[in-house]
Amino acid sequence: MTTRKILDIDFSRIDTDRMRLNVGPQHPSTHGVLRLEVELDGEVVTNVIPHIGYLHRCFEKIAENMNYQQVIPYVDRMDYISSMNNELPYVIAVEKLLGLKVPEKVEYIRVIMAELNRIANHQIAIATFGLDAGAFTPFLYLFRDREYILWIFEKATGGRLLFNYFWVGGLANDVYPTFKEDVLNIVKQVRKTNKDIEELLIYNKIFIDRTANIGVLPADVAINYGCSGPMLRGSGVPFDLRKAEPYSIYDRFDFEIPVGKGEVGTVGDCWDRNIVRMREIEQSCRIIEQAIAQMPDTGDVQSAIPKKVRPPKGEVYFRCENPKGELGFYIISDGKDKPYRVKGRAPSFVNLSVLPEISRGYLFADLIVILGSIDIVLGEIDR
Amino acid sequence: MGLLDRLDNPYETGGIILGTLEDILNWGRSKSDWYLHFGLACCAIEFMSMNASHFDFMRFGIIPRATPRQADFIMITGTVTLKMAERIKVLWEQMAEPKYCISVGSCANSGGPYWQYGYHVLKGVDRIIPVHVYVPGCPPRPEAMEEGMMKLQSLIDRQAIFRKREKLAENENLIKSNKM
Amino acid sequence: MNTTEIFELLREKFKDAIIDLVDNPPSDSFINVVPEKLFDICLELRDNPEFDFDYLMCLSGVDFPTNLQVVYHLYSLNKKHKIVLKVTVPKENPKVPSVERIWRSADWHEREAYDLFGIIFEGHHNLIRILLPYDWEGYPLRKDYKEPETYHGMRVPY
Ligand code: SF4
Repeated sequence: MTTRKILDIDFSRIDTDRMRLNVGPQHPSTHGVLRLEVELDGEVVTNVIPHIGYLHRCFEKIAENMNYQQVIPYVDRMDYISSMNNELPYVIAVEKLLGLKVPEKVEYIRVIMAELNRIANHQIAIATFGLDAGAFTPFLYLFRDREYILWIFEKATGGRLLFNYFWVGGLANDVYPTFKEDVLNIVKQVRKTNKDIEELLIYNKIFIDRTANIGVLPADVAINYGCSGPMLRGSGVPFDLRKAEPYSIYDRFDFEIPVGKGEVGTVGDCWDRNIVRMREIEQSCRIIEQAIAQMPDTGDVQSAIPKKVRPPKGEVYFRCENPKGELGFYIISDGKDKPYRVKGRAPSFVNLSVLPEISRGYLFADLIVILGSIDIVLGEIDR
Repeated sequence: MGLLDRLDNPYETGGIILGTLEDILNWGRSKSDWYLHFGLACCAIEFMSMNASHFDFMRFGIIPRATPRQADFIMITGTVTLKMAERIKVLWEQMAEPKYCISVGSCANSGGPYWQYGYHVLKGVDRIIPVHVYVPGCPPRPEAMEEGMMKLQSLIDRQAIFRKREKLAENENLIKSNKM
Repeated sequence: MNTTEIFELLREKFKDAIIDLVDNPPSDSFINVVPEKLFDICLELRDNPEFDFDYLMCLSGVDFPTNLQVVYHLYSLNKKHKIVLKVTVPKENPKVPSVERIWRSADWHEREAYDLFGIIFEGHHNLIRILLPYDWEGYPLRKDYKEPETYHGMRVPY
């Protein structure tokens, strides 16, 4: 396989000036309010400097001024595409501080909701990645399906995007009676669309040409930069927190960790990162099916919610496998009912920092594809 | 609403519709608004679903533009931070008249959940640019955004193009006598 | 390896630079180290095959009433063990050696800690504000921070 890196050309023979181009902060393909300062040599990217902070919403300061349950809505708003997955590490971290055990049924509902939201997140990721590469149709199909998932969320929680559903010690309310059937129907629908998308997008010749061998991220660089989630797995490292350190009840399910194998290009290119997301949707479907089968019908989802959340002095760092990578919360409690310090270790924040490394030497049009393949959310980067 | 009512049954009058030039211009303007999408935060994700299959924003005759020069109105969807505020001002100034602004979501309206301790959040985009329609919600449902869009359309429909001053005075009188 | 074993091994090598081990479950156990030796300790933790900490999970600054703290959460992908390091620096002159050259992920985390706490990371190649605008004044996550009245003519408080 030939790589597309073309920086090896002897540029000294060609008389060009380096040009600085500003992309963003308001630009349709920067996935939010990211600003990139791109240094170009002709059309070849020689350096990228990301400027972030255009959505800095002071999450950490606000968390110090709210009590533990009140922080949850703000946690939702960090990664607003997969809110359920955001709430999970936060509530588990606080439960760990409290030494609390939640009922069986709560665990199952949490896992089902988190996996559904993972599917929704990956659908957006693939859709917008397709948009970046110039494919509009998959966007429409994937958003149609995502809407079905949102309907379930809406029925169960009342919100379409930001739920405030997982509480410390339990859930805001029980799921509705036909929840199980609805979820199974969704799983069927998701699988069907996945097949369509594979034909429409993934194995499309143009798409492969745009994404294979682009933005190659070697595994050692990925680890050193702290990348996680599909970024790391796309580079061939089978690391998934759900398997490595099973939290909640993930050790009861049977699923695989998809990794990038370089099917159409090099290991760790944009196509690999995308296919990992595709395959993860399938694995999430499997987890959901198993969870639905095992889920107990009875049980009070609010029985363990403490009247007042006041953890003892101490600190905890807890991390979960967010769709985008490892989302960790570092919480310090000083024995009062407000956290002393909450730090969110956002996966996108760390994943984005590798962008200059993997985009040097590619064409400018490839930069947009590389950025799309990282799947960032600015609310989480800037917090 | 002027022209539209008459359009309902054009053949009654032998296929001829009588109206002022203003009506026709406004009708055209309000039914083909191009917007500058300004996705900032969570609300922008709801806005993305607006553009997708289920809600289909484009049936309002609305097309997204990526440049302020071609846009009729700007949709501020999300939290405006202080770092961003100056860019919004610049973009607003680059838009050609007549221009409108829809502020979507509690954050753009008033700072939303960040109003108290958000040291880096602008508490309402109306502190820097004029806002024509506010859409409340955190995030607003896509239906609410559609409603906001319709509000903007009716606002454009009623707008005076000729004899602006007189019309404005008329409107003011109407408001004073509580007829509007 | 658990934290106690790592602590013993580090104690052997670095003597007084490792201050103590704090271990009271359910909260995480951590090791206090002196800031001067931090870089060497981190390098040892990464390069010694026994430790093999190749992954910096999180780097956070904390503001305590009397001093500032930087907390390092390390993880080893191969050995699947983790450890928490802490350094404490005075508020007047908060200087910590940068570990950016050991784990590149520290780059942005350190800039963030500088941005929000004003902790100076010595040896960082580009220590500028990352989240807040470059001309922002003060370090917002310190407990005594007061938000400004105006910024570039815009009123900040509600
Ligand atoms: S109003 Fe709510 S949903 Fe919209 S940007 Fe603000 S926090 Fe996000």
